Amino acid sequence: MSVHPFTPDANAALDRLGFTRRRFLKGSGALIVGFSAVGLADTLGVAPGVGSAQTAQERRSRLDSWIAIAANGAVTAYTGKCELGQGLFTAQTQLVAEELSVPLARVTLIQCDTSVTPDQGGTSGAQSHPTNFRQANLALAAATAREALVQLAARRLGVPAEQLAATDGVVRVKADVSRGVSYGDLVGGKRFELPLNPSARRKPASEWTVLGTPARRLDLPSLVTARVEFVHNVRVPGMLHGRVVRPPSVGATLVGIDESSVAGMPGFVKAVVKKDFVGVVADKPWQAQQIAARLTVTWKPGPALPSQASYYDHMRTQPSQDTVWVDSGDIEATLSSAATVMRATFLHPYQMHGSLASSCAVADVRGGQATIWAATQNVFGLRSTMAMMLGVEPEAVRVAFRRGSGCYGLNGVDAVAFDAALLSQALGRPVRVQLTRKDEMAWENYGTPFVIDQRVGLDAKGTIVAWDTVSWTAGRGGRVGAATPGNVVTGFLTGFQPAAFAPRGPAPATAPFNDQNSAPAYVTGCVGGTCDGKGTVASERAIVRRVWSPFFTGPLRAPSQLQNTFAHESFMDDLAAKVNADPVAYRLRHLRDPRLIDVVNAAAKAAAWTTRPSTRPARRRTGVITGRGFASVAMEAGAATNGWVAMVADIEVNQDSGNVVVKRLFIAHDCGPISNPDGLRNQLEGAALQGMSRALREEVTWDGEKITTADWRAYPSLSLGNEMPVIETVLLNRPDQPATGAGETTTALIAAAIGNAIFDATGARLRQLPFTPVRVKDALAARA
Amino acid sequence: MSTIALKVNGRSHTLDLDPATPLLYVLSDDLELRGPKFGCGLGQCGACTVISNGRAIRSCTTPVGTVAGAEITTLDGLGTPEKPHPIQQAFIDEQAAQCGFCLSGVIMTAKAFLDQNPKASEPEIRQALSGVLCRCFTHTRMLKAIGKYAEGRNA
Repeated sequence: MSVHPFTPDANAALDRLGFTRRRFLKGSGALIVGFSAVGLADTLGVAPGVGSAQTAQERRSRLDSWIAIAANGAVTAYTGKCELGQGLFTAQTQLVAEELSVPLARVTLIQCDTSVTPDQGGTSGAQSHPTNFRQANLALAAATAREALVQLAARRLGVPAEQLAATDGVVRVKADVSRGVSYGDLVGGKRFELPLNPSARRKPASEWTVLGTPARRLDLPSLVTARVEFVHNVRVPGMLHGRVVRPPSVGATLVGIDESSVAGMPGFVKAVVKKDFVGVVADKPWQAQQIAARLTVTWKPGPALPSQASYYDHMRTQPSQDTVWVDSGDIEATLSSAATVMRATFLHPYQMHGSLASSCAVADVRGGQATIWAATQNVFGLRSTMAMMLGVEPEAVRVAFRRGSGCYGLNGVDAVAFDAALLSQALGRPVRVQLTRKDEMAWENYGTPFVIDQRVGLDAKGTIVAWDTVSWTAGRGGRVGAATPGNVVTGFLTGFQPAAFAPRGPAPATAPFNDQNSAPAYVTGCVGGTCDGKGTVASERAIVRRVWSPFFTGPLRAPSQLQNTFAHESFMDDLAAKVNADPVAYRLRHLRDPRLIDVVNAAAKAAAWTTRPSTRPARRRTGVITGRGFASVAMEAGAATNGWVAMVADIEVNQDSGNVVVKRLFIAHDCGPISNPDGLRNQLEGAALQGMSRALREEVTWDGEKITTADWRAYPSLSLGNEMPVIETVLLNRPDQPATGAGETTTALIAAAIGNAIFDATGARLRQLPFTPVRVKDALAARA
Repeated sequence: MSTIALKVNGRSHTLDLDPATPLLYVLSDDLELRGPKFGCGLGQCGACTVISNGRAIRSCTTPVGTVAGAEITTLDGLGTPEKPHPIQQAFIDEQAAQCGFCLSGVIMTAKAFLDQNPKASEPEIRQALSGVLCRCFTHTRMLKAIGKYAEGRNA
């Protein structure tokens, strides 16, 4: 069990807000116990609420907010980017150890707590690696600290800083390593009192000894032996257990509850109603569950849902908010003069995050202050929206991250935190709320559906001369952000509205070029004189029409990027086949981005790709046959591309059953400098296989009034029993480039790679996800 | 309410409980164990799996009254961070986890199956795990870890 200090700033903040530190005060400073043993809840007591006179934003510019060094040389670092299962806790610890030149074991990382960590927004969008591993934030703080320590040592030793080097937590004279002074002696227990230094020199990758190595996950021994405190395990004294009663159908409103229906049930404490929100509280969780099931609640049904069978056509007819990502202005003219024009429409359903955990949170709202333990991706966003929900100032709310199950975007974590807080506020006691599987699946913020129309013009030589893509997607709500509790179900039920939806005609995108991969990689992407596209096709147009969704939606791993990449990379395969070209060579013919070209070549090489056109000739039309598909993409965001990836999928199709099995995947990947190669591989593998499950099986369904995929039988995920492909990953390390994201790249690609392999094997093109056996058989039957 | 004697991870407990209470709630709330987890409450995902008298069971759908007196082992009881059980060590060696919420389902199901079927083939192991979900899809690493554990225990 390792013991580390808070930063002095954190201590001061806790003092000001009256946190009881008696339990953990030892000697002269507040202590916190390291990650693997006991969590923050145990050490900070349970006094509700904390805020700071110094705003969390201001904290970001001060070194003492990020790094503290104890008298014994132990390093504590603070981060606003949390461990969601992606290995970020370990990678960030590596980063701090590397920049500070201390062993990994000497660093303790404190994650995501509004009372003590900097406000770094959310842990989302594959942005945490770029945010904290470039020349800013946590990386810059560690570099600033090392330089400051060397300067202090120079004064202490009377030796110029250039003649000193830091190793193993000691600054030594290079020419005489027997002369040195330890970090603990230099600054131990005191503040640095310095701003982050933008010109602090990061260690070049060539000097790395901790970063860049496949360090094992620091949390794994605790995780596999069940010592980690998940949010589900948070227990506070006097805690009660709540359950919610969600509406039976989408859009239903509450008429009333009959509390006498549960009177006298064991453990019953209270039923709580706030507009359309209903919850019950009991002494024990099993009691709460039975009470919630028994409570008589009367609802007024909402309007009928649009038919799922015709939903994609329905989307096309709705009022829309249109965004133009790129428009060269000449698309119709180029298409009309093209030798050949190809058209196709691609369809993607609503899908679920489908977190393994039904979400859970604990809240303690008393005396106008609140402490919330939640697996949220954004503690500060949840703090400010929680304040709106509870009618208190944000400073009166402390949100402390606790681990949940993988979320892959936006699952029920924020909604259940609201649930717990509403019940706690009504009771004046701490309340833990555990959602049921149905609460989670029927009301989460689903990944968005898409209809994508493609039109491409080819010249007489088969080269693409124009690419037009027009898509429709549906959205409602999303992340709660700083001020929109109505973006998730609980906020909405209590009367907050989701972010407003205003239909409008085409307007230019305000985000960096193509950060949803709305346009294919093969266009020049010229907007306002800057051409950030990855390809050569100059006649280009990409328009997205967003319509209002009957269901809540939110970012689901590779949001929009997956849907768009499926449409673009499948259609690219169609085009190659049309002109009898090799799918890899045909891609390269239209690309100009060197890093995308490199991953394309690397994946083809790893797979020993044989140059030839798809589909394979003279295949039999029954039984099991094999095929191989290619896909590639850059996760585009203007000049700040967020990862490059290419993939080859080898598959088997059973033409009698329609079942598809992926046998092998070859992945080539570039995310800049690699911080932890094994952690990166783990992410690429998981993201690919999750994408495979989505591509083969997953689709949200509904009837006239409600979601019908509210458990794992109705929403089938590939299990540990399903055959998984052998995965070979080629990592292209770019130590001289900025860090990019890596958590969504393979998810964006795999649906297209599989679809292209099915086409290669059978000659049947599937343009609608998921590729269920029924859809595969239908496509096979429709072959010429 | 009735008095129920439970034997969990080698320790005996006497609890005053509604015998219909799912075992999971008793383990995670009354005994504050962190291994078995609430995933679905429907026996569909495996996150709540414990071993009872050598069999992997879904504690979320097992009334506590039906396992009174049984020898129950949870993921917490297999090993410690300092001295993990060989199957836990195999998961560390293969770095076979992401969020880790599924680990009781994967490890306890595989261990109980291999205890009964030490010579099981890879497809047989997968068959035994067919009702277990990992939504981070750490599948290939997990199956490799289980395979290594199976090899090791037969060596």
